Amino acid sequence: MGATRTRQAPEAPDPAAVFRPHRRWYRRPGVVVPVALVVIGYALLAGAVQEPGSYAPEVYPDGDLRFDWNFFVYLVPMMLTGLLVTAKATLWGFAAALVLGFLLALGRRSRRAWVRWPVTAGIEFVRSTPLLVQLFFWQASVRAVDWIALQPLEILTLGLGIHYATYCSEAYRAGINSVPAGQWEAATSLSLGPVTTWTRVIIPQAVPNVLPALGNYLVAAFKDAPMGFIVNVHGLLFFANSIRDTAFRPVEPYLLAGLGFLLVSIPAAWAVRLLEKRISYERI
Amino acid sequence: MSASDTASGAPSGAAAAGRGLDQISPEGAAGVRFRGVTKAFGANVVLRDLDLDVAPAERVVVIGPSGSGKTTILRTTMTLERPDSGTIEIGGRHLYHEESDGRLRPAREKHIREVRSDVGMVFQHFNLFPHLTALENVMLAPMKVHGKSREEARDRGMYLLDTVGLAHAANQTPGQLSGGQKQRVAIARSCACEPKVMLFDEVTSALDPELVGEVLSVLRDIAALGTTTMLLVTHEMGFASEIADRVLMFDDGQVIEQGPPDQVLGDPRHERTKAFLGAVRSH
Repeated sequence: MGATRTRQAPEAPDPAAVFRPHRRWYRRPGVVVPVALVVIGYALLAGAVQEPGSYAPEVYPDGDLRFDWNFFVYLVPMMLTGLLVTAKATLWGFAAALVLGFLLALGRRSRRAWVRWPVTAGIEFVRSTPLLVQLFFWQASVRAVDWIALQPLEILTLGLGIHYATYCSEAYRAGINSVPAGQWEAATSLSLGPVTTWTRVIIPQAVPNVLPALGNYLVAAFKDAPMGFIVNVHGLLFFANSIRDTAFRPVEPYLLAGLGFLLVSIPAAWAVRLLEKRISYERI
Repeated sequence: MSASDTASGAPSGAAAAGRGLDQISPEGAAGVRFRGVTKAFGANVVLRDLDLDVAPAERVVVIGPSGSGKTTILRTTMTLERPDSGTIEIGGRHLYHEESDGRLRPAREKHIREVRSDVGMVFQHFNLFPHLTALENVMLAPMKVHGKSREEARDRGMYLLDTVGLAHAANQTPGQLSGGQKQRVAIARSCACEPKVMLFDEVTSALDPELVGEVLSVLRDIAALGTTTMLLVTHEMGFASEIADRVLMFDDGQVIEQGPPDQVLGDPRHERTKAFLGAVRSH
C-alpha cells in the first residue's frame, strides 16, 4: 500500500460523539445525574431501614450419603423433565433477549438524547443488578398487578429475556462499532436508506463479529436458568431440591442435575467454538 | 506521476469509451455552489467562509497540502460532514436548507437525502462492501434506491463492470481483488447511481504505484464524456493538468489560487502554490 495520509476529519461519525467544550464536573449531566441518583438511592435505603430483622435458617437432616445406582436410574426421567423446562425457559428467554437487545442497542445509539439516556440508564441498571434479585422483582411486580397473570415459567422467561437483552445489546453495540466508518460513508455516498444500510451493509458485517459473544451468553443464560427455582419454576434445580427434601437423598439428584447441565453446556460451548473458528476462516 | 506514465497499463482506455460509457449519466450534470461555508473540528478550522462555484459538467481538481481541508469540501458535499455555517447548493437546490416564505431553514433529513442522491463519491480506501461480490456491490443501490429489478440491475452492473474492465471479476469478493481492481469496482458502483456530481477523494493515494494507471484511465473515460460534474482531490499533477478544466489550490481552509491547469500548475502566482508544487515534484 502507498502512503496513507492522515486527514483532519474524525474517522467515526458516531452521532453520540459530538464535540463538547470542557465543563466542570458539576456542570456535566453525565456526572451529576448518576451521582445524584446514587445519593438519593442510599438516602431512601437508609430511611427505609427499620431494624435488622431476624433470620433463622432451617436445618435439613443429613440424609443418606451413599450412592444408589437404582435410585439414580429411577430419577432420570424426572431429571429430563426438569431439564426440558429449564431449556425451554432459556431458549424462549434468549430469543426475546436477541430481539430486545438489538432494539436496546439501536436506542443507545439514537441521535435523540431523550431516547439514548433512558435506554443507557436502563441497560446499566439491569446489568449491574443480580438476576436473582430481578426475578424476585418481576415476581412481586406481576403479583401486584391484577390483570397480569404469569406462570412461574413465564416470569423466568421474562427475567432471563430482559437480563440477557442488556448483555446482548452491549455485544451488538460492539459489533456495530466494529464495522468501519467507511462502510457507513459508502452507504451514504450511494444514498442507501436507513433500512437498506442496516439490513444489507451493517448487520451482515456486525453479526459475524457478535455471534461468539452471543453464543457465550446463551450458555451463560442456560446456567442462570435454574435460578427460576426461587420463583417456583419446576426446572432442574427444583427437581433436585424436591427429591432431596422428600427422599432425604441428596447425592443422586444433584449428580443428575449436574449431569443435565453438562449435557447441554459442553456441546453448546463446543458449538460456539466451532462457530468462532468458522467465522474467522470466512473473514479474511 | 506524469501523463505519459498514466497512459500505459490502461486496461479499458479508449476501448471502454467506444463501448458507450455515455450511458453512465444520461440525466446530465449538476452544478455545485458553496456560499460562506465554514467547518471546524474543535479549534481546527478546515473551511473558512468558502465560496466556490462549479459549473455543470465542469471538471475541477483540488490540490493542496495535507490537512488543508480539501477533502472536507468533498465530505460536506456528500453530507459526511455538516458545515458549521454557510450554504451548499447542488443543481440549484439547497442541500442543507429548505426554503419557506423566502427564508432558509435547516432541512429535514428527507430533503437532505433527496438532494444528496444526485451526488456520488469514490473514496481513497474504496469502502467496498466486503461481504458482497463485485457485482452485488454495483447492484445494491440501483435495486434498493432506484427501484430497478434484479435483472435490470444485473445487466447494468455487468455492463458497468465490463466498462471498467472487470467483467471477469463480477463474482469475486473485494478481498480477492487488487487495490486497483477494488477502486475500479468502487467507481462502477458509484456510476450505477447515475450521479450528477461525482466526487473523487484521493482515489489513487492508497494504491501501489503500478495500479494507479488503470484507475486514472477509467477516470479519464468518465471525464471525456463530460456528462457529469467531477470534483477531484488528487496528488497526480500530470493527471490533473490532463483532465481538469480548472485547478483550485487550497490551503488553510481557503482557495488561494485558481485557474486553468496550465496556469496554476505551470505558472503559479501564489507563493504557497509554488512551494507546494515544488514539494510535490521534488519527491
